Amino acid sequence: MLYAILCYHDEDTTGSWSREHDAAVMKKLAVVQDGLRQQGRLGPVARLLPTTSATTLRKDDPPVVLDGPYAETKEQLLGFYVVDCKNLDEALDVARDLGKANPGGAYEIRPVGMFTPGSIPT
Amino acid sequence: MTDTAWIDNALTSARPQAVGALLRYFRNLDTAEEAFQNACLRALKSWPQNGPPRDPAAWLIMVGRNVAIDDIRRGRKQAPLPEDEAISNLDDAEEQLVERLDGSHYRDDILRLLFICCHPDLPATQQIALALRIVSGLNVKQIARAFLVSEAAMEQRITRAKARVADADVPFETPGAVDRTERLAAVAAVVYLIFNEGYSASGDTAEIRSPLCEEAIRLARLLLRLFQSEPEIMGLTALLLLQHARAAARFDSDGAVILLDDQDRSKWNSKMISEGLALIDKAMRHRRSGPYQIQAAIAALHARAETPADTDWTQIDLLYGALEVMQPSPVVTLNRAVAVSKVRGAEAALEMIEPLAARLSNYFHYFGVRGAFLMQLGRNDEARVAFDRAIALANTSAEAAHIRMHIDRLMRDSRPRGATAGK
Repeated sequence: MLYAILCYHDEDTTGSWSREHDAAVMKKLAVVQDGLRQQGRLGPVARLLPTTSATTLRKDDPPVVLDGPYAETKEQLLGFYVVDCKNLDEALDVARDLGKANPGGAYEIRPVGMFTPGSIPT
Repeated sequence: MTDTAWIDNALTSARPQAVGALLRYFRNLDTAEEAFQNACLRALKSWPQNGPPRDPAAWLIMVGRNVAIDDIRRGRKQAPLPEDEAISNLDDAEEQLVERLDGSHYRDDILRLLFICCHPDLPATQQIALALRIVSGLNVKQIARAFLVSEAAMEQRITRAKARVADADVPFETPGAVDRTERLAAVAAVVYLIFNEGYSASGDTAEIRSPLCEEAIRLARLLLRLFQSEPEIMGLTALLLLQHARAAARFDSDGAVILLDDQDRSKWNSKMISEGLALIDKAMRHRRSGPYQIQAAIAALHARAETPADTDWTQIDLLYGALEVMQPSPVVTLNRAVAVSKVRGAEAALEMIEPLAARLSNYFHYFGVRGAFLMQLGRNDEARVAFDRAIALANTSAEAAHIRMHIDRLMRDSRPRGATAGK
């Protein structure tokens, strides 16, 4: 079963990381991702640009375009993974490994109902 | 991550909001700063044991306020910190405060704090130093290093700035729309100055001063989060990101300047460029143009060009034309002339900068650009005169070295090239 692991963290905090710290975290995360990739279990991975770059389309009639992210929250959606896991326990294990590499904030683990791999060449 | 790195990060990111709220409460910069310091000391003691509070800024405001009130009540500054138990139940306090913070105060708190540091009564050097000290929380040593002055000199600069703003009249009431817009513009200008302090560095000092660029970007993003629909703040943030994206390509191994045309574009930071382009896209939707947006749009055209030959100079010429109307300045015209030289040739460009001679008679770049145009036209003797003047006016050894490179080329290639120059 596919699980989406949604990454939430305080953007102010991640934004104050030094370049070195940011690179170190990314390197540790890459190790966890490589493990999953080798097992053929890693789907799309995305790190989102800061919420200041976000735009929201409210689907009113007619739709309204607003600057900023959809939800004003203390912690922001900063990225996501899609991972193939047998069950929730396994997905939680992956999240724990990712969390060890990148402490702070929270992961929301959401089973995926429908998935198409898309067509963007990488 | 080391054990305390997360605390440092949390304290840094909570700082503007916490100091801003404490300033509103105590109406005195020194008291607010001291209260924040005391709260940080307590955080370093308490957070490793109890884990981070749900809202670090609210925790720091509450604790800082209580400790400071306690100090004031005792009437002596050097009193030992009260025991943690004396600060009542922190959890409850946080709950109450979070509600109030979410109310909306915090946006004006941070803006006020920045505005006080950027007070128009202060000279620019003091504005920058104070903003870096109070808002960013850099210590005096770090700031002194970035400005290449002694710690003592920087300490004095900051003390003077503080004394000056203490006397300045900054209203603590919630600002009206007009006041808010004015404050925002003043603050944006100082963020831009901080960036330029880092960006204009070269050679040996570029590495030391580049944290100033990063800090300016952090402050710009902070402003943008507070004022999400302000196209000029989007433009400012985009401009800083697009400029800083080129940092790794701007100097060679000897610290000499590499001009845009000669930079290795694979060294540009694509993530920063994406963010900058995304922001300028967002800003343009508002159809409320401004100087930062125009400059960001120019930087975006450079960033979008895969090779120098792909640069849309016609569009850049138009954008500088718009900037000239909005913000007339001989430096803007000089920049426009560079675009004109690419579109209509060096002769037209030279004609454009002739009237600037008097006003830019002590400006390094004027003579550098003038020399380059003359060289393109094969007027080598005149070019040599302009280059000599540029070297005399160079601000850094890297600038001088760059001009010397032109002169070397002139000497090597004394054959006039005017016949083919221009297009």
